[in-house]
Amino acid sequence: MDFSLDKKHEMARNLFRDFAENEVKPLAQEVDETEAFPQGTVDKMAKYGFMGIPVPKEYGGQGCDPLTYVMCVEELSKVCGTTGVIVSAHTSLCIDPILTYGTEEQKQKYVVPLAKGEKLGAFGLTEPGAGTDAQGCQTKAVLDGDEWVINGSKCFITNGKVADVYIVIAVTSVTEDKRGRKKKNFSAFIVEKGAPGFSFGTKEKKMGIRGSSTYELIFEDCRIPKENLLGPEGKGFPIAMHTLDGGRIGIAAQALGIAEGALERAIAYTKERKQFGRTIAQQQNTQFKLADMATRVEAAKLLVYQAAIAKGTQKVYSIEAAKAKLFAAETAMAVTTEVVQLFGGYGYIREYDVERMMRDAKITEIYEGTSEVQRMVIAGALLK
Amino acid sequence: MKIIVCVKQVPDTKGGVKFNPDGTLDRAAMLTIMNPDDKAGLEAALKLKDEYGAEVTVLTMGLPKADDVLREALAMGADKGILVTDRVLGGADTWATSTTIAGAIRNLEYDLIITGRQAIDGDTAQVGPQIAEHLGLPVISYAQDIKVEGNSVVVQRQYEDGYHVLKAQMPCLITALSELNEPRYMTPGGIFDALEQEVTVWGRANLVDVDDSNLGLKGSPTKIAKASDKVRKGAGEKVVLDTDEAVAYLMGKFKEKHII
Repeated sequence: MDFSLDKKHEMARNLFRDFAENEVKPLAQEVDETEAFPQGTVDKMAKYGFMGIPVPKEYGGQGCDPLTYVMCVEELSKVCGTTGVIVSAHTSLCIDPILTYGTEEQKQKYVVPLAKGEKLGAFGLTEPGAGTDAQGCQTKAVLDGDEWVINGSKCFITNGKVADVYIVIAVTSVTEDKRGRKKKNFSAFIVEKGAPGFSFGTKEKKMGIRGSSTYELIFEDCRIPKENLLGPEGKGFPIAMHTLDGGRIGIAAQALGIAEGALERAIAYTKERKQFGRTIAQQQNTQFKLADMATRVEAAKLLVYQAAIAKGTQKVYSIEAAKAKLFAAETAMAVTTEVVQLFGGYGYIREYDVERMMRDAKITEIYEGTSEVQRMVIAGALLK
Repeated sequence: MKIIVCVKQVPDTKGGVKFNPDGTLDRAAMLTIMNPDDKAGLEAALKLKDEYGAEVTVLTMGLPKADDVLREALAMGADKGILVTDRVLGGADTWATSTTIAGAIRNLEYDLIITGRQAIDGDTAQVGPQIAEHLGLPVISYAQDIKVEGNSVVVQRQYEDGYHVLKAQMPCLITALSELNEPRYMTPGGIFDALEQEVTVWGRANLVDVDDSNLGLKGSPTKIAKASDKVRKGAGEKVVLDTDEAVAYLMGKFKEKHII
């Protein structure tokens, strides 16, 4: 077992780190303050191939592996959680399902411009009445001639409104099992911005990742071509769950990055801040806290990288993804909270990055499956 | 168009400079980067490639680990990499270095050679023009802008108070300033490809028309008496005077120091 990164991954990490420091970090505070989607940064990331890292070259991508992609999200999130999730939702939740379940025509039509960053992607599963319980979904799609007609709404959609391509999960039939219980059958669809009957609700005002564009998607007799069904009809639920397995690795990487970023700032700050005639880093209380945080961050990193490698080598990686997301998200929350405490009053004001990091960290315990869902997935596998 | 870009792996001075007890640079203890002026030269070549179409070959002379800067250049978009490395070439000053690089370039076809103005470890600004001299090429140094017109290059040569516009027929050599441009980043896919790509490695035997007496430490006329990190200047003297008093004060100082 070798835990060291090879040369290409080392070089890729340096690239992502340089880009994040030079292009993303200077804007992070403003993006948070103004809640403005960082389109300029997304354009730059597109130019350098960051929007299609794990996508094969024949589909416009960089031909790298999931680990490289994960390191990109991690390094971006060290300085700006918003930028990290934009790349994660686009890559894991929109490109990945088309690449995995799409026809050759769908891959050429959608994956190529998405991977080149000419278009941005999003994914819509959650509804006002359906979060963890996906069976609560109300959005329906009915085939009418050569078109699917979608009615309903999706909420809390990352990259909403700014994205050009949306993967939408909708109910396409209801069947009864042997005991007469009704069961919804879902299908996945590719919906383009501008489709007739497709509009956006209000923009969500969030606690953290405030530059990320979060909108409600509204479908009112929205008509899309028949060929925009993604994968087989009725297989939308497993497609959504498999997509979320990949998405969780991206969010785990975001959480890992936020934790690492906060820890780096804590190390720098505690070496400078003086109280009682010496730096607070010289106090044993601080040292023990830093040691605990560093150990926890390292453990999170190993889980996240293990999940990324599993995604590149295994067909099923739900458990690895769930463990990585659970531990990395809770690490991000614990570490950022502790770092704010180490900063004292300065940690609580917006001039310093760490309060933003604490607000950004919280969402990683919630979206793409709450920590409770991750525990359900892990326990389910243990008790099978 | 065929462009050769000469690059050098240099210590990253951001982290401070470390010396061996004998006064030479402790390169092993320092992180390394592509010399900034050379990187601007590479970016200029890649821009010409984007605009006019060109084959960009990156050449470096150094230890085997200088392969790193070639991989970086390839990941940015260069087409070929050549590493000139040999024990007998070690300890070279600017004369021996330029002799070596010119000897390597004699194997290649080219329209344009671009080097950085100077390397941040030696700061001599001599190697680029010396290569041109060895190869009998016109040289335009301190380039802040490069354009191609037919078979010629039109270059803005930077001066303290402005710039000159110079035109030279290719083949020629240009030395680039880091202010020339903002070098592009590598791409992730470019990195993966660059590490798979074959880099040509040449030694002494591959150098054309060079004499052993002009190579390596033995062929280096420069003898370094002492090397040091940048010496910090003092805070200087601040005075607040009205205009007439200030003029008189400055004139007095200039005379005192025999400047006028």
